[in-house]
Amino acid sequence: MPDRHQTKSKYTSDQRIPGAFEGETVNRRRFMTASAHTAGGVATMAFVLPSLAFAFGPIFEEHEQPWQDVGAVEEFDAKSYVPKTITIATGVGEAGKSTVYMRRFDPSVDKEPKDRYNDFIALSTRCMHLGCPVRFVPAAERFICPCHGGVYNFRGEVDGGPPVRPLDRFYTRARDGRVEVGPRFSVNREIKRFSPRDPGQALDGIGQYLYPSRPSIRKLPNT
Amino acid sequence: MPKLKLPAPPLPEKLNPLPKRPGAPKATPRETAAEAGVSVVDWVDERTSISGGARWMMFRKVPKGTNWFYTLGSATMFAFLSQTVTGVFLAMYYRPDAAGGAYESVRYISNEVFLGEFVRGMHKWGSSVMVILIFLHMARTFFFGAYKYPRELNWVIGVALLILTMAMSFTGYLLPFDQRSYWATIVGVNINGTGPLVGPYLSDFLRAGPEFGATTLARFYAIHMLLIPGILAALIGAHLYLVAKLGTTAPPWIKPQEPVTREEQA
Repeated sequence: MPDRHQTKSKYTSDQRIPGAFEGETVNRRRFMTASAHTAGGVATMAFVLPSLAFAFGPIFEEHEQPWQDVGAVEEFDAKSYVPKTITIATGVGEAGKSTVYMRRFDPSVDKEPKDRYNDFIALSTRCMHLGCPVRFVPAAERFICPCHGGVYNFRGEVDGGPPVRPLDRFYTRARDGRVEVGPRFSVNREIKRFSPRDPGQALDGIGQYLYPSRPSIRKLPNT
Repeated sequence: MPKLKLPAPPLPEKLNPLPKRPGAPKATPRETAAEAGVSVVDWVDERTSISGGARWMMFRKVPKGTNWFYTLGSATMFAFLSQTVTGVFLAMYYRPDAAGGAYESVRYISNEVFLGEFVRGMHKWGSSVMVILIFLHMARTFFFGAYKYPRELNWVIGVALLILTMAMSFTGYLLPFDQRSYWATIVGVNINGTGPLVGPYLSDFLRAGPEFGATTLARFYAIHMLLIPGILAALIGAHLYLVAKLGTTAPPWIKPQEPVTREEQA
C-alpha cells in the first residue's frame, strides 16, 4: 500500500507555508495570524463604528418642531406682514431664534389651494440663495436680502437675484383665538409643499430629485 | 564609548582650531561642559540611531540653482506651527458655548488676557498668511515643473493639505461666534448643501441636524482643533518624507550639463 503522505500536495508547495505538513492549508502559523488580525479588526471596529455612528447620528434623528404661539388672531391682516419671533433651535439662546413674517390668507393674492394649515401665511426670513436673513420692505412690498441682492415679491416668490425658489413657509393654525406656527416646509414655483430643503437647493424640474428630503426634517404627512 | 561625530564647520584653514599638543593643560570647564552635552546626545543616539535620520533629513544634496522660492514650503510649515502653538494657547481660554459663552470668552481673550489680543491676532491673521503661502508654494511647484515624475504623489498630498487647510479656515471662522462668523457659517454650510444628492446630508452632518443648533459649535470646534490638525500633521510628515526621499528639482532655467566622459578628462 503506497504511503499517501509522501506525495507532494499542490496546495502546500504553491503557497510556500513555512513549517507546514504536506497537504496542510491552514497551519498553526496561518491560523494564529488570521486570529490576531481578526481580533485586531474586531477591537478597532468596536470603537470606530460607535464613534462614526455618534458623529453621523444627527443626520437620521428627527428635529423637534413644536407648535408655537405667536399672537392673537386679530393681530394679522391680509394687506401687510407682521414680524414674529419663533424658536427654531433650543439651547443656543439668541442664535436659535428666527423671524417669520405673517399675514392672513388673501384669496385675491394667494392662488394655492386652501386647507386647514394656511389660514395664515407665515414666511421664513431665510433667503433661498444661501440663507441670509431677508427683510420685508413695506414701501416696495418686497422681501430683500442684504447679502447678494435676492428679491422676493409679496407672496415670497422670486422677483430677482440669485435665489432658486420661493421663501420657505411654516404651517399655521388658529386655536382659541390664538395663532400658532408649526413645522417649516419648502415650496416650489407653484407653491406646492415639499419637505424642508436647505437654501440653494432648487425644487423645480429635477431639483427635487437632486436634493432629496432628509430624515432629519419632514413636512407634515399628506399636506 | 562611540562618540557622535558632529560635522566640522566649513571654516578657512587658518581659523580651524589646532589639535591639542601633548602635555597641554587638562580640559577647561567650558570644554568639559561641551563634552557633557555631546555625551547626552550620544547616549540618546546610541539607543535610537536618530542621528542617521537627522543627517539624512538635514544634509541633503540640492541641485544647482536652488533659490529663495524653495523656502515657500518651509514658510508654510512655519505658518502651520505658529497656528498650532497659538491655537493650543487660545484653547486654554476659549469656551465652545453657543448660548453666549463662546463670544464672551473670545471677548475676554481680546480685552482682558495678557497678550490675548496679540495671540488671537497671530492666529487670525496667520490663517490668511498660511493660505497665501500655500498658494505661492503651489505656484512655485507648478511653474518649476516639480510636480512631475516621480513627485506626483507629493503633489496629491499637497492638494489634500490645501483642502484640509481650507476646512480649517471654514471651521475656525465660526468659533468667535459673532454675527459675521454665524452668518458666514450659515452661508458656507448652505454652499456645501448645494452639492447634488449628498449635499443635503453633508450640511446635516456639519450642523448636527437640520438647523444650526446647540451642538453645531462644539462640532466645529472638535473638527477644528482635534480632527483636522491631526490629519494635517500626519500628511505634512508624509510630504516632508517624500521631499527628502526624492530630492528637490532644479529650476527650469538650469540646463542639464553634458555628461563628462573619461576621454575628455584625460
